[in-house]
Amino acid sequence: MIRKDSDAQPAWERVMNARKEDRPQARDYIEKLFHGVFEVRGDQCMGDDEAIVTAVAWFETYPVTVIGQQKGHTLEERMRCNFGMPSPEGYRKSMRALRQAEKFNRPVICLVDTPGAFCGVEAEAKGQGRVIAEHLRAMATVKTPCISIIIGEGGSGGALALSLADRLIMLENSYFSVISPEGAASILFKDSSLASEAAKNLKLTAGDLKRFGIVDGIIREPQGYSRFHMDESAEAVKKAIRGALKRLSHIPPDRLVEQRQQKYLNMRWY
Amino acid sequence: MNLFSEQIEHESAAGRAEATGMLDMLRCARCGRDLVAEVVLAGDAACPYCGSLFRQPAYRRIEAIVDSGSFIEIEREAEPGDPLSFPGYRTKLEKEQEKSKMQEGVVIGKATIKGLRTALAVMDSYFMMGSMGTVVGEKIVILAEFALHNRLPLVIFCASGGARMQEGVLSLMQMSRTTIALARHSAAGLLHINVLTHPTTGGVTASFAMQGDITLAEPGALIGFAGPRVIEQTVRDKLPEGFQTAEYLYAHGLIDRIVDRRDLRETLASLLALHNIERAAVPEKEGRG
Repeated sequence: MIRKDSDAQPAWERVMNARKEDRPQARDYIEKLFHGVFEVRGDQCMGDDEAIVTAVAWFETYPVTVIGQQKGHTLEERMRCNFGMPSPEGYRKSMRALRQAEKFNRPVICLVDTPGAFCGVEAEAKGQGRVIAEHLRAMATVKTPCISIIIGEGGSGGALALSLADRLIMLENSYFSVISPEGAASILFKDSSLASEAAKNLKLTAGDLKRFGIVDGIIREPQGYSRFHMDESAEAVKKAIRGALKRLSHIPPDRLVEQRQQKYLNMRWY
Repeated sequence: MNLFSEQIEHESAAGRAEATGMLDMLRCARCGRDLVAEVVLAGDAACPYCGSLFRQPAYRRIEAIVDSGSFIEIEREAEPGDPLSFPGYRTKLEKEQEKSKMQEGVVIGKATIKGLRTALAVMDSYFMMGSMGTVVGEKIVILAEFALHNRLPLVIFCASGGARMQEGVLSLMQMSRTTIALARHSAAGLLHINVLTHPTTGGVTASFAMQGDITLAEPGALIGFAGPRVIEQTVRDKLPEGFQTAEYLYAHGLIDRIVDRRDLRETLASLLALHNIERAAVPEKEGRG
């Protein structure tokens, strides 16, 4: 018997926080953390998906590639970004950025924030599944350092595509899950109002993922964290990226890829 | 967006028959006839009246594809745990294991097909709709490593409702793990063929099912990232006729060929021969081309 209890609140609260409209998004971080930003547009095949932002920029003294998922703050922006649900064009654009990052030895910094990859007729017709599979393989094999930060929603395969990295960091109020708590509640508990209970059972918080050894670090957030008050945490994100870059950029590319692959192959939980 | 296991119609029909104590029955979705499940599934799992296909159990599939007696199973006993202590999961697993006489939803091993050696994985959609949890992922990883170590090609029969919800993000990580194991197999110049069977969706589609060198599919198989119901809710409209069938994917250039179940053995053998490992291992002569 599934019951609602107060214990279920924290995980669900994190999910609600991760979805807040004024929570800092990829473009906010790009503005705060990087300079000399040149945005790379389009997949050079079908179009430009604004749910994924790719850019070349300076992070302090490093030229880097940034790949971020953008949900949008205003209704107009949200619609342009398809509410942060990327289409195959977006993942193709991102793979283009990965190829160039490898060519120019630029570290890759991914900012993950999506309720999930888009579930539409066109997305399926253009091979949404295949493009995510290819993106995963690209991140599994790219010969340059990859740092992923889950800044908000880590919604299933659409988020996972950008999360296979040398270092995975989560913000305190982000989540990473195989399915939305609402989805799990309605399918497994036959009652979507049990989402908070499902959120708890899915073990989707940064703390849970740290315990599983999937996440390398958690960045604390101050009370009332929003894009209007993000300086403190932006500094913490900067510090985390700086630390990871320092360590990763000295590892020869082949060894880096081997270490990344072994990290995942060694994850066993049964 | 959601990689969940989806129940499909005729399984619930079989479930009802079981509950009433009768023989397990299957209703043919095309011609509407009721068939005895045991008889149909012991054969090629096709309707004897109209030829439409049912999902084929893993061991029966292996029998039909490989040379008689050549299959050697590995990791047969690997059994799923309940890493999240998810409500109801352990009971569900026990029921599925009793019903299917399997420990998990995928069978792996090595075999020969018309004398050609290959590593083989067959997912079984009768076990929790072939959903991918940690053990399913691990078995694919083990097989890819086994194939790499022994320089064998890899044939995977995919059938999955997606990542297994009850193992949460640990299921999701199997997409990364299988991707890596298969990338290593591929980097060694070894062949990977996928056969997509009904249904192949969710996290399996978005990882190893779409990472083969060659992708075959069975006629009429449902193949997609999101399940049709999720898409219908998203677009709030009727889906196009034949959407997400093997034929639809073929028309959209997403798979290489649709192969009748009875021809799969022949097709796989000819593809294995074309990519014969001994020949692939011959170093290229200098100055060629």
